[in-house]
Amino acid sequence: MADPLVRFQGVRKTWRAGGPAAVEALDLDIARGELLTLLGPSGSGKTTTLMMLAGFEAPSAGRILLEGRDIARLAPHRRGIGVVFQSYALFPHMDVAGNVGFPLSVRGVGRADRDARVARALAMVRLEGLAERRPSELSGGQQQRVALARALVFEPPIVLLDEPLGALDKALREEMQLEIRHLHRRLGVTMMYVTHDQAEALTLSDRIAVFEGGRVRQLAAPRMLYERPADAFVAGFVGENNLLRGTIQERDGDECLVRLDCGPLVPAQAADCGGPGEGCVVAVRPERVAVAGVAASDLGGGAWPATLQEAIFLGDHVRLRLAFGDGGEVLAKRPAGAGALPDPGGPAAIAWPEGAAFAFREAAPRV
Amino acid sequence: MGRGLLWGAGVLAALFLLAPIVAILPLSFSAGSFLLYPLPGVSLRWYRDFFASDFWLPALWNSLLVGGAASALATALGTPAAFGLWRMRGAARAVALGVVLAPMVVPVIVVAVALLLAFGPVGLVATHAGLIVAHAALGAPFVVVTVLASLEGFDPVQLRAAAACGAGPVRAFLRVCLPQIAPGVAAGAVFAFATSLDEVVVALFIAGPAQRTLPRQMFAGLNDQISLTTAAAAAMLVGLSVLLLLVVAWLQARARRRSHARDALSPRSS
Repeated sequence: MADPLVRFQGVRKTWRAGGPAAVEALDLDIARGELLTLLGPSGSGKTTTLMMLAGFEAPSAGRILLEGRDIARLAPHRRGIGVVFQSYALFPHMDVAGNVGFPLSVRGVGRADRDARVARALAMVRLEGLAERRPSELSGGQQQRVALARALVFEPPIVLLDEPLGALDKALREEMQLEIRHLHRRLGVTMMYVTHDQAEALTLSDRIAVFEGGRVRQLAAPRMLYERPADAFVAGFVGENNLLRGTIQERDGDECLVRLDCGPLVPAQAADCGGPGEGCVVAVRPERVAVAGVAASDLGGGAWPATLQEAIFLGDHVRLRLAFGDGGEVLAKRPAGAGALPDPGGPAAIAWPEGAAFAFREAAPRV
Repeated sequence: MGRGLLWGAGVLAALFLLAPIVAILPLSFSAGSFLLYPLPGVSLRWYRDFFASDFWLPALWNSLLVGGAASALATALGTPAAFGLWRMRGAARAVALGVVLAPMVVPVIVVAVALLLAFGPVGLVATHAGLIVAHAALGAPFVVVTVLASLEGFDPVQLRAAAACGAGPVRAFLRVCLPQIAPGVAAGAVFAFATSLDEVVVALFIAGPAQRTLPRQMFAGLNDQISLTTAAAAAMLVGLSVLLLLVVAWLQARARRRSHARDALSPRSS
């Protein structure tokens, strides 16, 4: 990437000398104006990475460059980076205007200029008229907006958001996701967003870095991440996936044939796997699994027999749980009202389009 | 039955604690001259005597001056000490806390002798500065304890938020932390003042004639001439202490209200 805004170079973080690394060999560029999400389970190193950029944790090794300058040893208050904390961390003894104006008053911005910029920032997050409220008099969503305004008001080159919506209920969270997305598009400010919620990451991001065990497993745009996961972890973590164990039978470049442990022989894209004889995991998205209420033999090649065990109606779609081969299980999703379902326990067949199945190396056992 | 016993024990304990103090108060309004009941009449003569006396009046001013200055010094030292202890972890914290709180635990007579020996060579014995420093050392632990207690309710992430806003550590402390723990700091200052106000042992050892404080003078008054002016002085000390206690109670109620407001603010109110 030419001229990134932020560059992590070989960054490593261990909590004690010789101990396990919270973040390992991190090389990551953040482009100007993008919204990059760090997505991963808890303990994957994503928040540690954010805290190192904010300056609240020092890397054990490596460099962190902001606009080409190494800031790894710079005190947090000299970095000029905006941060939205998970708990908001609003100042309870100041009113909303005091909170939002604090970064400006610290920078010695004069009263009149400050008032104007605070008013603009509050309008930006749609909190006009609440300037004199105390944080304790605001709802969770409003407090969130104040925290956002406080991080944006001094026009930092980058704003870091650490699970900022974690404490909100589902409906409000989805509303705020869109709001942050629009704010980002409108202001063009660079943002780094940390979350463990893959749906949130898909909603917001220009690019997503999937973290696991202190390493970036894949860095890609949301659509790419969903459609072409790089490994079994990403396939399982981002969106839903059927993960079926098997052994590679044949391999020809990007194509391979896998004998599943539950019996069937299936073709798959060889995304990240070894050669014949090696174990692998085949991933198929539930929404790509077609289900028909006829015997598989009637459908010819490319379909396998299965038995419907359970159908759960979820409004917009139906989830089907099917027994597959000898002890295998496959989850399928299909839009509600898309034809008759097979009888539970009766003959059924499943199939998926060519290119919908990917074979990955089995995830290394977690240490 | 059990409840009645509990109440009875409670009333007896309160009587045991308060009766001697309550008994001295009416004597200060006696029209007679002896520490005896019944009172021959009621008058304010001993209070008039107190405020006309060059034995008592300078002592009152000394007490207020030394108490005020010692309280200010103890607060100025104790508050940053508490903040530092609050941020410390592990064994070092336990050791540091022990050292800071030592003046509360070590017998005052030991402190007094040590101060006399230490202050002698540097010329602090029989000076106001010496007595103020000594009383500040005795009062500082109370400041540390009350400020530490109010820091328990302060969210340390706010310091990070202040830093992310561009505030350095000193500014973050002064503008974000201090306003929120102010009730605790004020309560600590009051405790330090009260500590100095009723301190007599150190005053006996290191105060010169020009630094005699109210308790020191009462001690002398009882030895030399048993005058009911002493009772008037005692009544005023009691009154002042009760006033200070009320101030502390008010400050603590205020701090509690604030921390309730803060709980309402926390998104994960549990």
